[in-house]
Amino acid sequence: MQEHDLRQLIEEVREGKLPRRSFIQQMVSLGLTAPMASMLLMHEGVAQSQASIPYKPTKRGGGGTLKIIYWQAAVHLNPHYAGGTKDQDASRIFYEPLAGWDTEGNLVPQLAAEIPTRQNGGVAADGRSVTWKLKRGVTWHDGKPFTADDVVFTAAYVADPAASMVTVATYKDIKVEKVDSHTVKVTYEKPTPFWAEALVGSSGPILPKHVFEPFMGAKSRENPANTKPVGTGPYKIVDFKPGDTLRAEANTNYHVPNQPFFDALEIKGGGDATSAARAVLQTAEYDLGWNLAVEDDILKRLEAAGKGRMAFFAGSDIEFVSLNVTDPWNEVDGERASAKSRHPAFTDKAVRTAMSLLIDRNGIQEVIYGRGAIATANFLNNPPRFRSPNTTFEFNIDKAVQVLEAAGWKKGADGIRAKGSVKLKFVYQTSVSGPRQKCQAIIKDACTKAGIELELKSVVAAVFFGSDAANPDTYQKFWSDMQMFTTTMTQPDPQVFMEQFTTDQISQKANKWSSRNLVRWSNAEYDATFKASQVEFDPVKRAAMFIRMNDLVVNDGHVIPLFARPRPYGILNKLVPVLSAWDGATWALSYWYREA
Amino acid sequence: MLNYILRRLLIALPSLLGISVILFTVLALAPGDPFEDLANNPSVPPEVRMALRAQFGLDDPIWQRYLYWLMNMLRGDWGFSFVSRVDVDKLILQRLPVTIAVIGMSQVLALLVALPVGVLAAVKPYSWFDRIASTIAFVGFSLPTFFTGVLFILFFSIYLGWFPFVYRADLTEVGWHWWWAQFKQSIMPITVLGLFQAASWMRYVRSSVLDVVRLDYVTTARSKGLSERVVINKHVVRNALIPVVTLVALQLPAVFGGAIVTEQIFRIPGIGALLIDAILRNDTPVIMAVTFVFSCLVIFFNLVADLVYGWLDPRISYR
Repeated sequence: MQEHDLRQLIEEVREGKLPRRSFIQQMVSLGLTAPMASMLLMHEGVAQSQASIPYKPTKRGGGGTLKIIYWQAAVHLNPHYAGGTKDQDASRIFYEPLAGWDTEGNLVPQLAAEIPTRQNGGVAADGRSVTWKLKRGVTWHDGKPFTADDVVFTAAYVADPAASMVTVATYKDIKVEKVDSHTVKVTYEKPTPFWAEALVGSSGPILPKHVFEPFMGAKSRENPANTKPVGTGPYKIVDFKPGDTLRAEANTNYHVPNQPFFDALEIKGGGDATSAARAVLQTAEYDLGWNLAVEDDILKRLEAAGKGRMAFFAGSDIEFVSLNVTDPWNEVDGERASAKSRHPAFTDKAVRTAMSLLIDRNGIQEVIYGRGAIATANFLNNPPRFRSPNTTFEFNIDKAVQVLEAAGWKKGADGIRAKGSVKLKFVYQTSVSGPRQKCQAIIKDACTKAGIELELKSVVAAVFFGSDAANPDTYQKFWSDMQMFTTTMTQPDPQVFMEQFTTDQISQKANKWSSRNLVRWSNAEYDATFKASQVEFDPVKRAAMFIRMNDLVVNDGHVIPLFARPRPYGILNKLVPVLSAWDGATWALSYWYREA
Repeated sequence: MLNYILRRLLIALPSLLGISVILFTVLALAPGDPFEDLANNPSVPPEVRMALRAQFGLDDPIWQRYLYWLMNMLRGDWGFSFVSRVDVDKLILQRLPVTIAVIGMSQVLALLVALPVGVLAAVKPYSWFDRIASTIAFVGFSLPTFFTGVLFILFFSIYLGWFPFVYRADLTEVGWHWWWAQFKQSIMPITVLGLFQAASWMRYVRSSVLDVVRLDYVTTARSKGLSERVVINKHVVRNALIPVVTLVALQLPAVFGGAIVTEQIFRIPGIGALLIDAILRNDTPVIMAVTFVFSCLVIFFNLVADLVYGWLDPRISYR
């Protein structure tokens, strides 16, 4: 899809011919994020109608206790320390950003009075600054007022490299200034088309200056507020046991009228996903279960108890197979899978095409994942009119055989295809996980029929996803022919995500395998497009560039997307939660209620 | 006696040091990274992870890290968790009450079941009671707790709906409601662990009593015309318990160590759960602290067992 087509689509939205919602869905299927699509519209002056979340209760409190179960447990409550989703979600109960993302990618104001736009003067015409008007009358849990000073402080606190905050990348190059007591101006080094990252969503919770100021930089660890948060959120901390339970009570001074509905909140962590699903769907001990990544068959059986339901929120987490670009078995300059080497078999496009044809995505989805996966041949799948003719979504062993035969890969005496001295015999690695091993087995079966032998290898997740430079089995080293895992695109702007296929990011010995281009794919056009996208201010042109990059990666065949993985939540029947695929599970906790 | 205790304690020091060296080395050599979450999150620049590693001393050579740890430990500084950045002693103290309540109660239950059943079975060996008790005991310790635990959950929580299967460390109920809720949530893990332990202890008690009951002094006691109750309680059980006491004393450190599998199944926030989480995430300070305290307790209770042995059996003297 070209820039021109994009502009036409945006025009259609403006004229009301194309629903906003379907525009955003189309962009998501093209590899963009919903927040980015929504920013596209905003930039082009197609303002979002003030996004509002339905909320029925007419008074604060009276809802009893809300009980949520996680199968991982939060270990601290500082949103900018948060390594994992569980910590981010737990801190988000107490701290709020200026705005959050709803599941359609709309910005919803939280501590901001309104969303900055070109029309209301919030977003500067040169794209270098954004002015946020803050909500008035908000108080911290300890009664002190929330002002622009807190916002300015938060940015400075996070940006301090000595504190090693995980969100530092978002804040280190921006300048946040106070305009007046309830206005802040964020200035970017260069024109920034996607400005809604700092102070927004998971990376944006605002901290109280008076609580955090004494603990700047290296002292940040000693802050008692890391486990006893003082925020602006709908619930106040009662008790927190790291790695286990979190209890909170309603904040009676919450800045939104009639919220929150529940009087108390309890989050239990730990255990495993299946029994967490049981505790919600079967015994109703808990109201909501987080990320119930359980085989669909089991979920369906549990749902049959009639106490709760599953809900799936489609974001852009993608399970995919990588075919190594480099040779993982022979050392070049003392390094396996060196960027200088070439994989003996996968250099042949025919082999890559055959591999893609041999993956029965529909079958795997039906047999293993059920509602937990949406089969996709590539990002460019839906809607049909955008389906690229070069990237079909097909499972066809005969065709794979034809492709291989035509390219000169002939079956040997042992039934394995070979050309010259190169045999189609691959090691296929992934992390230890029931569904993944079943998925491996299904792919292996199809490959065997086509004369390709796969040796299956599974590595314990802690090692596979660990970043130990001394371990040969990490996914970063990728010392095997193929590997499979899910990549998540949690950040709303795809820039960081797309960086993982640039030449600069090739994972190798020199950088202790800490960079992100694990498949070691390199393409001059991709690199150039990526560079251009970094400085392109026109969001429409930039979106077209991202779509182009997606095409380049997927069409080359070294990266074979399998499924989009929606986020599964188990929800008790009467509970009405507000969840989002683009923000933390607790991003709009104050809107949750139970129907009578 | 005092001399003996002192000598034993002095011997304990090098063994503890040795244990800590081995633990530390094994942990340092094990694969994994406490900042794995950060490595998988593309929006976190690798520099943050590198900075954290440097800040927490993970890039230093092993011996340097060990010495640093040892010095701090000697000063009473247990360090802080890499993952939660909370002080380790705080984490352990937070989980101690639950662990002692659940695991301690299960040990008490095990004793309460094992002692009478074992004695009764031995007094009338190969009677129906003995056969049934022994069969149940064999079944009991052949079934692992992760199996009985899940079985209990399926039956009592899901089929009958009597008890919750998610353990809540801080119940909001007050007064007798609290006790009732506590009882309901603890009964399954306590029973699962207690009965498993009771099964093996019962066999020990039985064989120990069987050994004693045939001895001449028991016959003497009987021929003196003492009632059967007195013979069993005063003469047989007291002597038969000596090996059992050692066994129980050696089992006591487990009360601190928790029960990793059972805690996981019932989501009990005990020390076992803390340890397994720490191991999975390579949180060295926490693993070191828990395992080190555990080895201290093992050494200590070994000593206690030896001392109790001497007290129960005056023939044994310490030099």
